Amino acid sequence: MSDRIREELERWEKTTLNKAVSKSPERQPSFQTTSHIALKNLSTPLDVEDADYCRDLGFPGEFPFTRGVQPTMYRGRFWTMRQYAGFATAEETNNRYKYLLNQGQTGLSVAFDLPTQIGYDSDHPLSDGEVGKVGVAIDTLQDMEILFDGIPMDKVSTSMTINSTAAILMAMYIAVAEKQGVKSDLLQGTIQNDVLKEYAARGTYIFPPHESMRIVTNIFAFCKNRVPRWNSISVSGYHMREAGCTAVQEVAFTLADGVAYLEAAIQAGLDVDTVASRITFFFCCHNNFIEEVAKFRAARRLWATIMKERFKAKKEESCMLRFHTQTAGCSLTAQQPDNNVVRVAFQAMAAVLGGTQSLHTNSRDEAYALPTEDSVRLALRTQQIIAYESGVADMVDPLGGSYVVEALTNEIEGKAIEYIKKIEAMGGAIQAIESGYIQKEIGESAYQYQKEIEAKKRIVVGINRFQMEEKPLTDILRIRPEVEEYQKEKLSRVKKERDNAKVKETLALLKKAARGTDNVVPPILDAVKAYASLGEISDALREVFGEYRQSN
Amino acid sequence: MARKIRVLIAKPGLDGHDRGAKVIARALRDAGMEVIYTGIRQTPEQIASAAIQEGVDIVGLSSLSGAHNRLFPKVVQILRERGAADILVFGGGIIPVNDIPALKESGVREIFLPGASTEDIIQYIRDNVKES
Repeated sequence: MSDRIREELERWEKTTLNKAVSKSPERQPSFQTTSHIALKNLSTPLDVEDADYCRDLGFPGEFPFTRGVQPTMYRGRFWTMRQYAGFATAEETNNRYKYLLNQGQTGLSVAFDLPTQIGYDSDHPLSDGEVGKVGVAIDTLQDMEILFDGIPMDKVSTSMTINSTAAILMAMYIAVAEKQGVKSDLLQGTIQNDVLKEYAARGTYIFPPHESMRIVTNIFAFCKNRVPRWNSISVSGYHMREAGCTAVQEVAFTLADGVAYLEAAIQAGLDVDTVASRITFFFCCHNNFIEEVAKFRAARRLWATIMKERFKAKKEESCMLRFHTQTAGCSLTAQQPDNNVVRVAFQAMAAVLGGTQSLHTNSRDEAYALPTEDSVRLALRTQQIIAYESGVADMVDPLGGSYVVEALTNEIEGKAIEYIKKIEAMGGAIQAIESGYIQKEIGESAYQYQKEIEAKKRIVVGINRFQMEEKPLTDILRIRPEVEEYQKEKLSRVKKERDNAKVKETLALLKKAARGTDNVVPPILDAVKAYASLGEISDALREVFGEYRQSN
Repeated sequence: MARKIRVLIAKPGLDGHDRGAKVIARALRDAGMEVIYTGIRQTPEQIASAAIQEGVDIVGLSSLSGAHNRLFPKVVQILRERGAADILVFGGGIIPVNDIPALKESGVREIFLPGASTEDIIQYIRDNVKES
């Protein structure tokens, strides 16, 4: 069979193709994906002739999960439609959540402001100008009570993009649920809790890497016992991709981080299978449609292999790479913002064809500000149209078996393995981040991307072609400057009304745990319940763990 | 030989989105300028001090977190207070166009929005910094 195809391919190239190309050449001398994978003029069965269906693809819901993690995929249940949202105060964000749930959203995703993410209260000098800007401001348990007021925490699953202060926000979530009468073992959701990519790309680190890893593994151990249905980490490639890396690098760096977390968990005495089943991932979905679909499939197969071969996972579930996807924020343009609706729709479709478990679709106006309610609704409708109208959700892994998709899946996996080996040789992801290797790789790719745009080797509609005169978008979401004052007043009221002796006592116990080897999460939970502020709790940990400073 | 243009690229506030700042720092270097990049999470105070200490001609501020209205004018103000009003300040990031007039009034000379090319920024600096 292969010989016949090979002969026929050669014949076709020499005759039909050659004739066509000599008359009118292809648009460019060569084609490649964003990860610099060369693309042939045609993929055929020859490109996948080494494939072994049962070994490399198998069946959905079974190792190596190339075709998906559930046997029925979206024929059983659609992905979770989860729009990342949060701005200004807990009061305003609570309204947005209720609106989104009313519009058919199926899970919540909390965006916190930068002070909350970096462990500063709203009244800290470094919070100046940042309160309530990129997310909701949370200072004490009271804010969290307002944020989830009227939202049934036993029914809604909640994802929280929170890393260095993940333990504090998770503790607040648990404490609010208790007040609603919901026990922690019923809670479903995710904390990002991925500090490694904060050093590499996102920037909301507080403590040095070693101390951060201690907190991460403390959270793993706490969740195992107290919040067993909770995903205790979401290992994120999204932000590294947004910072400029390629699809291959995204897979490689993310899985390398995943390996580092598991190694740390094992060192902390945790069982691989217990931890692995609560690990989730978070990827970006960029423009190059087929490459992105292949990326998700490659990531699933590679993680499954790593879990089985390297970590000797016993449970099949431990080998499942479950992931959330967000469309690519960096692909949005301020020019002709309506074009973003189209970009987002294609990216979202690729994420669905790649088998995502949950999805956030970006809004058209996000190159200007946080999205308006109308823009968010359109972004959510985009997902609903894919789910209910496009028909792609009725088939499992519909692109599986496409010669080019399978070939690209193999190539991306192979190139990611090369990177992971390189990182291993450096001593692992922590060392590769500490030495600046990952940051350098990301920066290099980002610079190349920009140069390609400026040289018009890469066309972005509305940026370097098809530009037009237009009025800039002015109907955007504004965060009222009064939010900062309002937040400060709320905080000072809580500080007056709470039992300050109790706060002091809980913070002292937290410091004691941090200095020793006890798990820091239970004392954080006690401090939170005593209405100690996020800044006070973070300061207690800073005192013991010290702070990380970026070197340039 | 003409002295090279000296530029400080800085990230005020808590924002960690440094892709743009790093790309611009590198493009300016490739264009023959001397560039100092502060890294993320700098206060206006730290940025102004670095600008004065390094004797730069111009400061480029990048923020994607929405804190620009508070932080950009502060950098200008501190430079003026320290007698360094001759150091020009420009900015870029996710900045609503409605905010630009007030930023310019406060002394921020130019704002570059998403989609601006590094060529435009290089040209702007060359046009506005007198090479000696």
